[in-house]
Amino acid sequence: METLTFDLDAKPLREVNQFLHGDASSLNGKEIVIENPNGAHSIAVGLKSDIHVTIKGHAGYYAAGMNQIAKVTIEGSAGSGVAENMMSGMVHVKGFASNAAGATANGGLLVIDGDAGLRTAIALKGADVVVGGSVGSFSAFMAQAGNFVILGDAGEGLGDSIYEAKIFVRGKVKSLGADCEEKTMSPEDRQILADLLAKSGYADVSPDSFKQYGSARTLYHFHVDNAGAY
Amino acid sequence: MCGIVGLLVKNQKMRAGIGELMMPMLIGMTERGPDSAGMAVFTAPVGANELKYSLYAPSMEFNWLGLASDFDAHLGSKVKISTQGNHAILVSHLEVGTVKTWIKENYPNVHLLSVGHTIDVYKDTGLPADVAKRYDLPHVSGTHLVGHTRMATESAVTPAHAHPFTAGQDWCLVHNGSLSNAHSLRRKLEHEGIEFETDNDTEAACRFLEWRMREGDDLEAALNQGFEELDGFYTLLMGTKDQLALVRDPYGCKPAIIAEHDDYVAIASEFRSLAHLPDIKNAKVFEPSPKEMYVWKL
Repeated sequence: METLTFDLDAKPLREVNQFLHGDASSLNGKEIVIENPNGAHSIAVGLKSDIHVTIKGHAGYYAAGMNQIAKVTIEGSAGSGVAENMMSGMVHVKGFASNAAGATANGGLLVIDGDAGLRTAIALKGADVVVGGSVGSFSAFMAQAGNFVILGDAGEGLGDSIYEAKIFVRGKVKSLGADCEEKTMSPEDRQILADLLAKSGYADVSPDSFKQYGSARTLYHFHVDNAGAY
Repeated sequence: MCGIVGLLVKNQKMRAGIGELMMPMLIGMTERGPDSAGMAVFTAPVGANELKYSLYAPSMEFNWLGLASDFDAHLGSKVKISTQGNHAILVSHLEVGTVKTWIKENYPNVHLLSVGHTIDVYKDTGLPADVAKRYDLPHVSGTHLVGHTRMATESAVTPAHAHPFTAGQDWCLVHNGSLSNAHSLRRKLEHEGIEFETDNDTEAACRFLEWRMREGDDLEAALNQGFEELDGFYTLLMGTKDQLALVRDPYGCKPAIIAEHDDYVAIASEFRSLAHLPDIKNAKVFEPSPKEMYVWKL
């Protein structure tokens, strides 16, 4: 497989991103290495072909945002909004991630080996997010669809106003948000969790060590007792 | 927005070069704060019976030597002064109240930036690179420093509104964020006899914490009180004569990242400002948790 290396100390990020946005026919199957990312914002955003991009260090805000099809590996940490609004493909952060990782992601898989900040998987719309460490407060706020696996602990207000996303937590939950409750794990959900753990490099972790959380669905519909308020 | 940077050098051999180490950190935060920039450097202390005063004048051609000779003539006490355009550092063994009153009455246009045994403050409007060049910041030396690049959101772009803010002695604070209860905090402090120099929200936080410490709180107790009383978004980085301290608001609205290395501790709003520090690959890089206190001592 052909490997291309870009050094961000030598080449402007805009040119590198423009190259990565080229025709899928010319890019498919390529291995791309980005050296000296040094916390730059928006590295490898908007990818849409079958390539593997490896970022050799710490990335800034919005790394691999809006990703489609491509695989992006960040060997350091990621700033706010990593893989935000991802549609498909995979983003793997080997370090920690800052706030709003995987925000509004529609599809694909985001794996964070370290801790993730506040508001992880906020408004999740169908992607899978697996965090090896712990997540900050207000994670999975208004999450609509998709699966969110946390191997460590969760902060305050987990799953506040959640819709139909499924949350699996192995550690402690500081507090649940409004309308989020513990669920009994069905055999189908256990299988979803087992598959995600295997895909994310945690095949040795037992799905039985997790608790599942989801929507109590009390906020879905207008409650007649509130009619007097109008 | 706004950018904050902080550096505490543990390796004694590297302290002479702290300005050089800091430069890429400050420049790295230009996009977050292109309006104004500032820095507080904690240097070798002046004599035990002396204090130093960082001063800002409205003109690059200000006659500092004239100010010094007026000071000597009026107060009968020889003052030491080192100057750099519109900035000067004055050293005197007179009582702090006497010096402050004399400056206010005789040179009302000269702004007092800081007072203390070890602190020097530089701040002005302009791009961080230009401000740094104006005051030759790459060549400062000291043990630790606190820097700021400003993108004004709630008060004017003037030298006085630039950060760091100071209060009392050897104390400074920089802020990324905005406080929603700065006015009520200010009314409370004015009731305690504390005077304000600007309408800036950060000044209220700075004077509040300094007031708590003057009332007997240690830094940790004052910061805990800050979590109770400060309402809004903030990452605050503070310097004392022998410490740096960092806090983020409980909602983690404003960023910070820390690099701890055997030779130094470096703090910045983003990794971009840490990327060029020596041997950064072997530093422990992490994001501070909201509503936690991080304090590093010399």
